[in-house]
Order: sequence, then structure tokens, then C-alpha cells
Amino acid sequence: MATEVERKTDIGPPSYEQFLHPIIKENYGKWKYHNNLGPGVLEHVGETGSIFTVRVSSPRLVSTNFLNMIMDLADKYSDGYFRFTSRNNIEFLLANKDNIEPLKQEVEANGLLVGGTNNAISNIVHTQGWVHCHSAATDASGLVKSVMDELAEYFTSEKLPAKLRVAVACCLNMCGAVHASDIAILGVHRTPPKIDNQTLPNLCEIPTTVASCPNNAIRPTSIEGKTTVKVDEDKCMYCGNCYTVCPAMPLADPLNDGVSIWVGGKICNARSEPMFTKLAIPYLPNNPPRWPEVTSAVKKIVEIYADNAKPYERVGEWINRIGWPRFFDMSGIEFTKYHLDDFRHAGTTYRRSLHNRY
Amino acid sequence: MPDNELKLPLLDQLEEGPWPSFVKDLKEQAARRPQVGQLLEQLEQSYENRWDYWRGTAINVPGYGGGIIARYSDLGEKFPQVAQFHTIRVIESPGFVYSADALRQLCDISEEYGAGIMQLHGMTGDILLLGYDNEKMMDACEALMDNGWDLGGSGNGMRTIPCCIGPARCEMACYDTLMLTKYLTDKYIGYLHRPEFPYKFKFKLSGCGNDCANSVSRSDMPVIGTWRDDIQVDQEAVTRFVKEMGQEWVIGNVTSRCPTRCIHLNGDQIEIDNRNCVRCMHCINVMHLALAPGKDRGATLLIGGKRTVRSGDMVASVLVPFQKLDSDGAYRAFSGIVERIWDFWGEHGNEHERVGEFIDRVGLGTFLDGVGLEPDPQMVANPRSNPFIKFEEYAAPRLDGEPHKAANVLNREPDREEDYEGEQP
Ligand code: HEM
Ligand code: HEM
Ligand code: SF4
Ligand code: SF4
Ligand code: SF4
Ligand code: SF4
Repeated sequence: MATEVERKTDIGPPSYEQFLHPIIKENYGKWKYHNNLGPGVLEHVGETGSIFTVRVSSPRLVSTNFLNMIMDLADKYSDGYFRFTSRNNIEFLLANKDNIEPLKQEVEANGLLVGGTNNAISNIVHTQGWVHCHSAATDASGLVKSVMDELAEYFTSEKLPAKLRVAVACCLNMCGAVHASDIAILGVHRTPPKIDNQTLPNLCEIPTTVASCPNNAIRPTSIEGKTTVKVDEDKCMYCGNCYTVCPAMPLADPLNDGVSIWVGGKICNARSEPMFTKLAIPYLPNNPPRWPEVTSAVKKIVEIYADNAKPYERVGEWINRIGWPRFFDMSGIEFTKYHLDDFRHAGTTYRRSLHNRY
Repeated sequence: MPDNELKLPLLDQLEEGPWPSFVKDLKEQAARRPQVGQLLEQLEQSYENRWDYWRGTAINVPGYGGGIIARYSDLGEKFPQVAQFHTIRVIESPGFVYSADALRQLCDISEEYGAGIMQLHGMTGDILLLGYDNEKMMDACEALMDNGWDLGGSGNGMRTIPCCIGPARCEMACYDTLMLTKYLTDKYIGYLHRPEFPYKFKFKLSGCGNDCANSVSRSDMPVIGTWRDDIQVDQEAVTRFVKEMGQEWVIGNVTSRCPTRCIHLNGDQIEIDNRNCVRCMHCINVMHLALAPGKDRGATLLIGGKRTVRSGDMVASVLVPFQKLDSDGAYRAFSGIVERIWDFWGEHGNEHERVGEFIDRVGLGTFLDGVGLEPDPQMVANPRSNPFIKFEEYAAPRLDGEPHKAANVLNREPDREEDYEGEQP
């Protein structure tokens, strides 16, 4: 489209000051402490007054209908001010304490839940899935809905030993924060790309395609006089990088794609250092629309954690204390060859001490 | 298209249950916007066949080198309304704070030009507006910009910056995350809109070690608040807390959980050996009515976080243990470091090499030389344990004109490209 009209570009982010509640503006950087007023409700006390937060679940992918409902509630109860959390919850910011209860009631009447604060399971951070990405091995929105339906009681209460963060990513690119959440659900491809030698020469640039593979599995080759590529299937670990640059090499495989479960990641620095998630279950079948195998596996892990961890112990800290053998024992998850790392720096995950547990 | 014309037997099962249902919401939207109906129909087919029907490429808006995620449906003939169904990344308001009026503007634009659906927010921090075809997308971008909203980042440039709520609503904040987000985005908006780095570069900003913005694992340069002086203790509040919870509870859950055992309960008073405190936040999180971060506040700058793709997972590691962020001068000092990193990595990084992978390849020592920082024991978990040290005093000059400086590993090609040499058609 031609753009002869002078257009303002490089605008940057909107100035957030205009979106701050007057009480927040007055107390910006001067908060003294906060009170927990039950699941999903916080009071932050500043020098000149308090702001009350009501945290509400959101599916993240929402329509203007949904947002109109939220904005009307904001106009009615929080002077039009609200925000989103880094895990996609909605937070209403109220000046008037008396508005908390009526807001909660209306929120719930509209099918949303109040919660997600403190020792709760917060909203699941997730990715696009079949709704809107090209390389998804599974869906994200439906998986989140199915898992959160099972775990809703942990969103609306604060009965866990510590915070529990769940993440979903639908392929190994892991656009979701899955590598550092307490429980991570990750879509996996398990078969190498299938090369369409008819379309590849026209569709893809060979050097870029070859270079896209982190494992040197792709080589140029010639078939019937046309340059295309071949994949060394022994080297391929199904990461999907090649498909991203070359659509003629799809990995998707309805029978073999599935979902893996990872545990024990942590971002915050409290007590222990940040940790990656580690493999718990290498593969569960992809079973839309409700993924029963995945939801029950996740629920089981949450329950044994809830029953056994000490206060303030995140999933990873709990497992480090009881040891991985005990974790596999308690969860009934089978420990297999696939749990043994064989990628770069694999050796750092092998145990070198005699600290056995029985 | 009226609701009852959509046949979605699998997706319908996602309407039940306590968690809010995106299917229910999108079905209502489909009654007004046929493309949302077709989006659902395509998704239903994905559920049935366990197959993804999207394809992506890049489309650019004039003057911009990113910000659009193009999506084409493989089922375009069957579902023409979603044949082109692109996403516009819009830079969020720092701290994700909004007024109803501001968001209504976005809703109006989204209704007028797109499918009237969006994601708040994308994992990159952006607002993702969904469902634009090639032509409407340009119009939508015009409308966004006319209303003061800008496009977010994509491709090999600086990305949109998200931050935690920080000083706007959190007493733990050790620097102003919102202001720094705005400052960095404004200052480097050219790098965001016209990508020219070896690969993507993400900042994420958290006001304290709780890292609510998940910066350490998800950004190339996490900026995480911390302090240097003593934890502030309100002993009267400590006494009240101990009285309420009991000594045993405080010992079991606060002092004995301190990673360096530097905090002690003496009767109903707290004593902290601050020189051994590692600023982990645990005691402050639990006893937030009584304890607070110190007054000499700033941030730790880390470098090199990223996810698996290419060379395995990396959590960022410490680059500058303490950086003040409370004045124009401090902001300039910080920007200076950022620019030196971009220069050095921009010059020597390979294509599609994240800065963390670059450091892995050339070594942190070489990287520090390149960006002009001194080694510091705060940067390592421990010193090296292997003895293969290249003593520069005895090595040949390594980089032209710069003897005893950055090592020549900079010029080492990655294995795969070496292998590939010669076979190139
Ligand atoms: C008393 C101490 C704490 C306070 C005052 C606090 C405050 C907050 C605030 C204000 C948010 C919203 C941030 C945003 O969306 O930008 C938040 C979210 C979050 N916090 Fe904390 N936090 C505390 C402790 C922790 C701890 C100990 C952890 C991790 C161990 C943690 C992890 C998180 C995470 C992952 C989120 C994102 C949650 C979501 O979006 O629903 N926080 N916290
Ligand atoms: C053309 C290919 C790709 C597309 C279209 C794409 C698209 C996206 C989208 C839409 C998001 C936001 C996700 C959401 O909020 O639902 C995202 C985030 C992300 N992507 Fe990708 N992605 C691609 C390739 C990659 C690759 C190759 C990597 C790894 C190197 C990657 C790593 C990530 C990460 C880590 C995030 C989370 C961002 C953050 O936390 O800041 N993506 N990507
Ligand atoms: S995780 Fe993979 S499939 Fe999911 S949004 Fe990211 S790139 Fe797409
Ligand atoms: S899926 Fe990954 S490992 Fe396999 S060929 Fe493609 S890029 Fe290489
Ligand atoms: S990272 Fe720290 S300052 Fe920021 S919101 Fe979380 S607790 Fe508050
Ligand atoms: S902040 Fe962490 S290291 Fe410091 S005294 Fe408290 S618990 Fe100990």
C-alpha cells in the first residue's frame, strides 16, 4: 500500500502515567507494605492510602466482547483502571474497599474466577498452538483450559506449600516460559521432517535450510537434477527449526506427536537459585479436546507436592530435598532411558556422589 | 453467522468447567464476525486430525522491519475468511497498566479492521491483535499509530520490553521498572523497528530478585533489582510477627531457610549478618511487614538467557553485579554498556547467534574485553576447574592490532558452516 501521507512512526510505548490510578500515582515508589485479604485480593498500603487489587482469571485469547465486560466492570468498580499480570491474569485496582465484594460477585457471575495470589496456582502462561502457530505439536488454549478446569481449586485457594507456576508451550521452540516453571507441559514432535522434494526447490533457500539445523542433520542433495535436501535421521532430534525456515519439511505427525511433562523449574531467587525444569514424563498422547492423560498426570504431581512439601518449598526445592528417586517412586512415573540427557553438556546431569537413597 | 451453524463437536466440550472458556467467548464473537467462526472451524479440524494448518512468513509495514506475524491458512479455500489471518504486535503499556478508555480504542480498531480478538499479552510482552488480512493490516497499523500505539518487535532486533509492576504497586521494587522500560524502548526504538542484530535481543525488567517478569530465563539481558546496604528491619514489627507466629515457626520457616544462614532470631528480634546475605528475598517475602530491601538500591545486569534452540538452555549470568538506576547519569552508564554489547556482538556474532551463545563460543573473558568490563568473582559460581589456560602474555597477538586482547576464537566459524563449506551448490 502506498503511504504518501506523513505518518508518525517510532512512537514507542504509551506513557503509562496516564493509566495509573491516582492513588498509585501518589504512592508510586512509596509503598510501605501489603496485606493479603484472601485468595485473589491484595491491599497495598502507601503513604497516602491503600490500593486494593482483585486478581481474575483470563483465557488470554479474548474477544472485544470479553474485554467490554472487563472494562465495564472497571468503570463501575475501579475508576476504569486495571492491569494484566505477567501470567495473563487481569487485576482490577480499586480505591474503595467496599467495592471488592460486589466486584467479586459480578466477576464470578460472568464465569471468571478470583484467585491466583500467594500460594496458589496462577494462570498458565501459554503459547499459540493450533489456534495460530505454524509448528505446533499440540494446542495451547484447549490444553490450558482442560488443565485449569482440573486445577481450578488451587487457583481460588492458597492452600499449596508455595507458589506453583504452570506453563504450556506447543513445540520445542518453547515460546512459553516452560523451561523455568514448577510444572511445564510441552508439545513434542517425535519424527523427523518429511521432505516434499517436489515443492522444496521452489519454496526454500537451500543454504538457509541447511544452516537452520542445530544438529548438522541437513545436507544438500540432488534429486532428478533439482537441488533439494536430505535429513540424516539419526542426527535429527525433531526440533522443527528447519520447518520454520522451509515449509516443505513438515514434522507434524498426528499419530506420534504428543505432550511431555517437566517439573521443578524456578525463576525467583528466594532461597535457592533459579532452576530449569527437568523431564518427568517423556510422552503422553495428544488427546483433544480434553487431554485426559495430561490433566490427570499434572493433577497427580500437584497433589503429591501439596501433601509432601514443606511450607515455602517450590516443586524443584522439594524434589531436591527428597531426591529424584523418591520423586519417581512417589509419583509412580516410570524412569526410562529418555530421562538420561544425551545432548550438549549431558554429563553435568549425571550424579557423581555416593548419595544414594533407599 | 449464527451460532447454531457452527458444527464444533470437539470444541464444544471445552465450554464446560470452572475455568473461563475461550471457546464460549469466541463462539459469541463468531455470531458477529464470520472470520472467528471459521477460525473455530479450522481449529475443530485441527482437533479432529491433530494437525496444524497455519503457515508463517514475514510481512512488513513501510518504515518498519518487524511487528507483524503473518499467518496463512492451508485451508484457505475451505475457510476463505481466515486465508490471511495475521497478528499485529503492539507495544504494551509498561507494567501492563491500562485505563478502560485506552483499551476501548484498541477494541474499536480491532473490530474495525480485524477479527475483534486479541491476546493480552503475548509472551514477548506485546499486545497481540489477531485476524488481519494483508490490506486491512496496513489500515489497522495506520489507525493504531494515529492513536499513539506503536508496533512491537520481531525478527533480529531488539524486542518489545516487558516489566513487572514494580514501584507502581510493589514495595519490593529496587528501581523504577516502568520508567526504564519506557526509556529503553524510546531510546532504542530504531533497533526495535528496523532489526539489524545477529539475532533477537530481549530485555526483561524485574524490580527485585522475585523476578516476577521471569527475566532470568527468558531474556538476553535481564535487569533485576537488588540493594547493597543492610536489609531494613523494623524490630517492633518483628516482635509482633514473632508473637503472632511463634518462635519455632519463625525459625523453621524464615531463619533456617536462609540460603547462607545469615539471619538469626534472638528472642523476638532479628539479627542479620548483612555481608553474607545474598539478597535472595526469602526473609523479606515472608516477613514483609517487618523487613524491606536496603536503601542503596539498584539492579544486577545479567546476560545471555535463552531457550533450547540451537545450543541448549541457558539461564542468564551476572554481567554487572550492581548498577545504580536512579539518575540520568546512571541511565547513561547503563545505556553505554548496552551499546558496547550490541557493537561487539553485532560485529563478531554469527548470524542467528544469540548473545548467550556468542559468549559461550568466545568465552566470558573475551566478551568482557570486548565490552570493556573487568572480571569480577561475582560473575561466576566458581572459578574454572580445567587447566587449559591461554596465558595472553605468551600468546601471539590474537586480534589484528589488538595484541593480548580479545582472543581469536572470535573468528572461529561454527562447526556446521565449516562442514558445509565446499558442498554449497
Ligand atoms: C511478598 C513477596 C512478593 C510480592 C510483594 C510479590 C508481588 C508480585 C506482584 C506485584 C506481581 C504482579 C507482577 C506483574 O504482573 O508484573 C507478582 C507476580 C508474580 N510473582 Fe510475585 N511477589 C512476591 C513474591 C514472589 C515470590 C517469592 C515469587 C517466586 C518464588 C514470585 C513470583 C511471581 C510470579 C511468577 C509472578 C507472575 C504471576 C502472575 O502473573 O500471575 N513472587 N508478584
Ligand atoms: C518463525 C518462527 C517463529 C514464530 C512465528 C514465533 C512466534 C512467536 C510468538 C507468536 C510468540 C509469542 C507467543 C505467545 O505469546 O503466545 C513467541 C515467543 C517466543 N518465541 Fe517464538 N516464534 C518463532 C520462532 C522461535 C524460535 C526459533 C525460538 C527460539 C530460538 C523462539 C523462542 C521464543 C521464545 C523464548 C518466546 C517467548 C518470548 C519471551 O518470553 O519473551 N521462537 N514466538
Ligand atoms: S511454542 Fe512453537 S508452536 Fe507454540 S507458539 Fe511458539 S513457535 Fe509456535
Ligand atoms: S527437525 Fe531440527 S534436528 Fe531435525 S532436521 Fe530439522 S532442524 Fe535438524
Ligand atoms: S519482581 Fe519484585 S518488585 Fe517486581 S513485582 Fe515482583 S516482587 Fe515486586
Ligand atoms: S534475603 Fe535471603 S540471604 Fe538475605 S537474610 Fe534474607 S533469607 Fe538470608
